[in-house]
Amino acid sequence: MSGYDVIVIGGGHAGCEATAASARAGARTLLVTHKFETLGEMSCNPAIGGVGKGHLVREIDALDGLMGRVADAAGIQFRLLNRRKGPAVRGPRAQADRALYRAAMQAALGAIANLEIREAAAEDLILKDGRVVGVRTADGGEIFSAAVVLTTGTFLNGLIHIGETKIPAGRMKVTDGVDAPSLGLSKTLYGFGLPMGRLKTGTPPRLDGRTIDWASLESQAGDDPPLPFSFLTKAITTPQIACAITRTTLQTHAIIRANLHRAPMYSGQIASPGPRYCPSIEDKVSRFADRESHQIFLEPEGLNDDTIYPNGISTSLPQDVQLALLATIPGLEKAVIRRPGYAIEYDYVDPRALTPALEVRNVPGLYLAGQINGTTGYEEAAAQGLIAGLNAARAAGGGVPIILDRAQAYIGVMIDDLVTKGVSEPYRMFTSRAEYRLTLRADNADQRLTRLGEEAGIVGQARREAFKDKLDRLNVSRETVTALTLTPSQAAKQGLTIRQDGARRTALDLLSLPQVDFARLAQIWPELSGFAPEIVEQLEIDAQYAGYLDRQDADILAFRRDESRALPPDLEYGAVVGLSNEVRQKLEAIRPVTLGQAGRIEGVTSAALTLVLAHVKGRARSRNESKRA
Amino acid sequence: MAAKDGQTIYALASAPGRSGVAVVRVSGPGAGPALTALAGGLPKPRAATLRTLRHGKVDIDRALVLWFPAPHSFTGEDVAEFHLHGGRAVRESLFAALADLGQRPAEPGEFSRRAVEHGRLDLTRAEAIADLVDAETPAQLRQALRQYDGALAELYEGWRAALIGALGRAEAAIDFSDDGVGEAEFAGARAQAASIIDALQKHLDDARRGEALREGFRLAIVGAPNAGKSSLINALVQREAAIVSEVPGTTRDVIELRLNLGGYLVHVADTAGLRQTSDAVEAEGVRRALAQAQASDLVLLLRDGTAPYTDHLGVTPDLIVWNKNDLPGFQKRDGLSLSLKSGEGLAQLIETLTATVSERLETKGEAPVLTRPRHREALKQALDCLRHALSAPQDQPELFAEDLRLALRAIGRITGRVDVEELLDAVFRDFCIGK
Ligand SMILES: Cc1cc2nc3c(=O)[nH]c(=O)nc-3n(C[C@H](O)[C@H](O)[C@H](O)COP(=O)(O)OP(=O)(O)OC[C@H]3O[C@@H](n4cnc5c(N)ncnc54)[C@H](O)[C@@H]3O)c2cc1C
Ligand SMILES: Nc1nc2c(ncn2[C@@H]2O[C@H](COP(=O)(O)OP(=O)(O)O)[C@@H](O)[C@H]2O)c(=O)[nH]1
Ligand SMILES: [Mg+2]
Repeated sequence: MSGYDVIVIGGGHAGCEATAASARAGARTLLVTHKFETLGEMSCNPAIGGVGKGHLVREIDALDGLMGRVADAAGIQFRLLNRRKGPAVRGPRAQADRALYRAAMQAALGAIANLEIREAAAEDLILKDGRVVGVRTADGGEIFSAAVVLTTGTFLNGLIHIGETKIPAGRMKVTDGVDAPSLGLSKTLYGFGLPMGRLKTGTPPRLDGRTIDWASLESQAGDDPPLPFSFLTKAITTPQIACAITRTTLQTHAIIRANLHRAPMYSGQIASPGPRYCPSIEDKVSRFADRESHQIFLEPEGLNDDTIYPNGISTSLPQDVQLALLATIPGLEKAVIRRPGYAIEYDYVDPRALTPALEVRNVPGLYLAGQINGTTGYEEAAAQGLIAGLNAARAAGGGVPIILDRAQAYIGVMIDDLVTKGVSEPYRMFTSRAEYRLTLRADNADQRLTRLGEEAGIVGQARREAFKDKLDRLNVSRETVTALTLTPSQAAKQGLTIRQDGARRTALDLLSLPQVDFARLAQIWPELSGFAPEIVEQLEIDAQYAGYLDRQDADILAFRRDESRALPPDLEYGAVVGLSNEVRQKLEAIRPVTLGQAGRIEGVTSAALTLVLAHVKGRARSRNESKRA
Repeated sequence: MAAKDGQTIYALASAPGRSGVAVVRVSGPGAGPALTALAGGLPKPRAATLRTLRHGKVDIDRALVLWFPAPHSFTGEDVAEFHLHGGRAVRESLFAALADLGQRPAEPGEFSRRAVEHGRLDLTRAEAIADLVDAETPAQLRQALRQYDGALAELYEGWRAALIGALGRAEAAIDFSDDGVGEAEFAGARAQAASIIDALQKHLDDARRGEALREGFRLAIVGAPNAGKSSLINALVQREAAIVSEVPGTTRDVIELRLNLGGYLVHVADTAGLRQTSDAVEAEGVRRALAQAQASDLVLLLRDGTAPYTDHLGVTPDLIVWNKNDLPGFQKRDGLSLSLKSGEGLAQLIETLTATVSERLETKGEAPVLTRPRHREALKQALDCLRHALSAPQDQPELFAEDLRLALRAIGRITGRVDVEELLDAVFRDFCIGK
């Protein structure tokens, strides 16, 4: 049987990253996707990153994934969000040129060994002894592999809504027409008896940029110089553009209100939940009725593309209403719609059916990543893709899975949330989801993850060397700033006001004073003047968060204690005396892998955890005794 | 047939011993099957129904039975109640039948614990149940009832909600700055935190009123050897609890006794006489006496009115009482005087003590008071975190948020609730987010 180690189905953001990670891990990998030319397609907003999402991109990059480098090549406006707030919550974001993004993604995939891409529609999965061992395509072909990663995005049983019109589709094409939905695979998953549901999301109309009155609008430029996503990108060389800002008006809101009954979400035509943080304009107008206006960013879809993405007016109202409401928005009075806004409903798998390695618990060999798991967003999809691809490759090679925990990475937070709590709306990353937010920063993603990626064998030589070099310099500089000290009276002579308590301060201590920056330190100790900017930045953050990070470290230690208490996969919860029925059912459904994870399941109290722990300990004891006997 | 899984529990819910009616409560998956097996079927939910109870061929009783299907029951599980005739034999044969059906007797507090686990009771209410059971005085009962009615849960949940609101605003300013959620929100969050600080501080500055009421008011009797301290405590409790002797230094350790003063529970402590001593055992007694005074709600200094005047022996008394006014050498000074020998003045002292205790403990109908050290610890921690939060720089909402989370966790521990999803709910309810 001439097969592959891993087959990935679907070349979206999850699929590309899964394919690349699997191949980097050394597995012979095949990507099966509808069309080569849509690899790296952005179905919605042509932008990557943001607060929380930007953190995910940095983590993907630290593990030598593709998204950061591809976005650096395609980005046409970079902005570091929350620039003026603390380092933990700064989020890199860039608008991307769609065509450049696709091209860069396709080139990046092409540069990886062990990797093949085949254009085909997957129709079914091949099972053997309860394991997934391959894929059946629409043309009747069969391809075999040790593991399969499914990343079909919004395509499973997809249904587009525009006003009263319904079209079965996976998404609308950028140009014209629609991509067909995946019906066969949806049936396959239902056939496995997996818990499934439906979610919805939406997108705004696309406008003809030549019909917008740009001169009347306020414009917004990006950062200068632009800050790249990737730790490997030295500088952004793609030309940068500005976008414009406009706002809805009272007339816009009146039109929307008058036509609400024609919106699928309100007429009852769509019942599935959509993301609260990505509401349609009809949602915003009806939920926040007292707001007189909502902001809209007009974002060009590319350098050589005059299609405009009006960020802020996602809608599924009928097309005639879309046109009428545009006419009430300053600058868009004469705008022509190239493609209407729409909503799409699709099937997803309740991610509580997955292990933290993203493998379907009851269908070994099958991994799921991306929107199919109830998430939304390119970054969320890509991050899961990387983990699923890596673990599928490891499973194919007989290795144990790699799981990131909540104190290690946003990726860990997201996957733990998904497999432990499930989703009630499309899941998007926010920094407020991370309890160790001060530790999990975009700036230190490499220090958190690159070593781990090296051990997993998915980090290439270029990054390995760059990282080692940076880490060496960082270690030396950290030693230096803790070795240089002065007394309070010496500090006073340097013009620094600190408490005269006789205690020596290190250079790092001084750096934590609000009035002292690194340049100031370099005046006192000339040997500090040679440090590179990225090193200086790290030291400043170390100093700024010093007390907080110590406290957080203590918290993380406590967290890890529960995280290290493994629960056996075959634990019989029915035998745990004293558990309530409800809790027992939840534990049986989710099968937490650690005591810590069990505690994060909604409704599982510390009393219940104590019972479980006591049971597991008792079990271990009786096993040992029977072994001795 | 009921599953023999030990998950279903039963217990007598009424007072033990002979009584007119005995109530037996059953909770767990076996509650329904037990009704079917013993009472011949499930009665209408939540309606008292008269049935004959029979196990196998044995008649148990003709009794009222009630059926509370989950989750609308005290524990949140399926619950059955049997209102039996109150003899021991009837009760015992029902217990035997239930055990035969695979059920087991409940451990102490297990019904409440299950109710907490199923979210039917928050921790403060569960604690109130324990307090209700333990209440010895009408005032304790009142306070426990008020807590059971949710007065504390409401107060703490209210603060928690306010904190979630404040944190939500800070988080929105972080995660959605790009959606136009601005600095104004963060400033608002700070102001909200400041007002929670004030409320917490006020609640904590309560002179331990509620705790003293629940645990008992602590009265320490201190004084020089032979002042009559042991005589006083015996007079207060009206029995010979402490050894009275003319040998100075007889009482060497702290003796604590319970006393009902005007409906309030009071712990009176007799202590070793305060004096310089070279006897190691006695010196330790003196150290303990001083420590006891430190930890008490009221310190009564008893003095021998016939002895030469000395200073206050290292304590700061709330009340000074002069003893032995039956003796000729007695010198009248400021404060109460009495004779523990004749009993003269004792009634007046008791009256004064009662007035002082009720003045300190009376709930004046306003805000509910702290009742447990566990709550006080958590609230103090929350207060520290909130103060620290306000020290974060204006442009670093993430540091403010960090402390607010810890404060929230501390308060959540009181009622047993901590949840991140709630926070996001607050954010999405209050802000128009998303482009
Ligand atoms: C209308 C719309 C609105 C959106 N709005 C937002 C938003 O507002 N905010 C936000 O963050 N995100 C939004 N998104 C989501 C974002 O586009 C997705 O989260 C992200 O693209 C998911 O990535 P993915 O890899 O899981 O799937 P996708 O990017 O959807 O990729 C799926 C890929 O799988 C291929 N495929 C599917 N089925 C098969 C098959 N049977 N055989 C072979 N290949 C197959 C497809 O051709 C496609 O290449 C929106 C998406 C859509 C469609
Ligand atoms: N005459 C008189 N003797 C008293 C009175 N109160 C206590 N005594 C005596 O004083 C002695 C010491 O009393 P005791 O209660 O043991 O004092 P303590 O050391 O403070 O505990 C005993 O002999 C008592 O009988 C009083 O009011 N009048
Ligand atoms: Mg004595």
